[in-house]
Amino acid sequence: MNNSTHTFPQEQLSKKQLRRKTLLSFLIFVVLGAGAWALFSSVKNAPKDDGASKPLRSVLSTNESIFSSVFSSKKLVKEYPVSAAAKAVRVNGSDGLEDAVDTADWRLHVVKQNGDTLTLTLADIKKLPKKDIVFDFKCIEGWSQVTHWAGVSLKTFLETYGLTAESKMNYVGLQTPNKKYYVGIDMPSAVQEQTILCYEMNGAQLPLNQGYPLRLIIPVKYGVKHLKRIGTMYFSNSKPPDFWAERGYDYYAGH
Amino acid sequence: MPTVVKKHPLAIRWFHWLNFPILACMIWSGLLIYWANDEYKIKLGQKEFFHFFPDGFYKTLNVPFRLAEGMSWHFTFMWLFFINGLLYVLFTIFSGQWRLLLPNKKSVKESWLVVLHDLHIRKAAPEFLKYNAAQRVAYTLVVLMGIGSLLTGLAIYKPVTFSALAWLCGGYEAARLEHFILTLGYVLFFLIHIAQVIKTGWNNFQAMVTGFEIIKPNQTVNNE
Repeated sequence: MNNSTHTFPQEQLSKKQLRRKTLLSFLIFVVLGAGAWALFSSVKNAPKDDGASKPLRSVLSTNESIFSSVFSSKKLVKEYPVSAAAKAVRVNGSDGLEDAVDTADWRLHVVKQNGDTLTLTLADIKKLPKKDIVFDFKCIEGWSQVTHWAGVSLKTFLETYGLTAESKMNYVGLQTPNKKYYVGIDMPSAVQEQTILCYEMNGAQLPLNQGYPLRLIIPVKYGVKHLKRIGTMYFSNSKPPDFWAERGYDYYAGH
Repeated sequence: MPTVVKKHPLAIRWFHWLNFPILACMIWSGLLIYWANDEYKIKLGQKEFFHFFPDGFYKTLNVPFRLAEGMSWHFTFMWLFFINGLLYVLFTIFSGQWRLLLPNKKSVKESWLVVLHDLHIRKAAPEFLKYNAAQRVAYTLVVLMGIGSLLTGLAIYKPVTFSALAWLCGGYEAARLEHFILTLGYVLFFLIHIAQVIKTGWNNFQAMVTGFEIIKPNQTVNNE
């Protein structure tokens, strides 16, 4: 016998006691195992809430409240020198870009709280101070790319057009002109100073497949939140509809 | 009258058996996520030896086009993985079980002797208490891997919030690769673990469920 076993507590059992103890342990083991499988299946087959199983969706929402309350949304994303920016910028998705777009017709509609709508041309937006940003653009698919964008900071934009009351609401919603693609963003992330209404990429006009004439660049969020070709901007205290969240993704999608 | 020796405390058995489905779910949901950008390959120069993973592998496991589902499971089970792992580590510290687990001065050298013994190269196995030297090294390593998965995972999940952590990992993309390699490590650990458990036999295995190992007259206690 191995000497070392003496350091562990020992017990004398009758054969009957031993059999009973073993059986009971395995019974509990099997019942708990079956319970775990039943729990997994019930979560997997639970009714869906915006494309995700309900219990999982509620955890995603809890994660959102934990991370957005414990950590500041003002934290800046690391910026890179312009030379670090990729020349061939990855294009991922063309939702909402199905129709043709013409600068002469295109307008940015900003729906104010009182129901009025501000209608702005690209030239109006370009008059505001231009901000460049080079950062590591990250996609929920798991890739990232250092890219260079420029436009007006959303915070400056809201201040300039006197949208103070609006910027105190909980969310900002954005839609493409054809309303087929839409996103909702929590206000603290939207007014983080690096968020821009973007009209330039790599120092040139934004390409069509990158959301010409105006797109959102929000470095504190994953790519799913960077809506291309903005048509309408509005404000809300409840979560605006979100294309990808409706398809089961995390609404917050923040870093 | 059979004698039993109480080998595994109830808490350790709970942590062990809870971790099994939790980690399985993390690996499965991780695979649903990884599929969306399955860029890792083993290459030597221009020659590609293995691509993680071949199409047949994905098809068999029904992995494709389930990124959103994978993320919702992953960001739920991360809490269970973390809490169960944390409780296990705290229990080992406060119960004194760490003395039986952590490698000591002799362990690294001895674990080679254990491996040689297991491969039938060396006849005698070194003597040990609850876990042999190779087990001490492996089981401690797998706890460290768990901590590694947690840290690299956080660096991928919130690279701005935990920017210092992402930097320590060598950046966002490096953190993702490390997270992936650690996962391969668990699979490797699992395969060896199962083989060893089968090799060691029923008495050892049932002890992980019942807590006790049965000593019959003239029989040595195996410890796997």
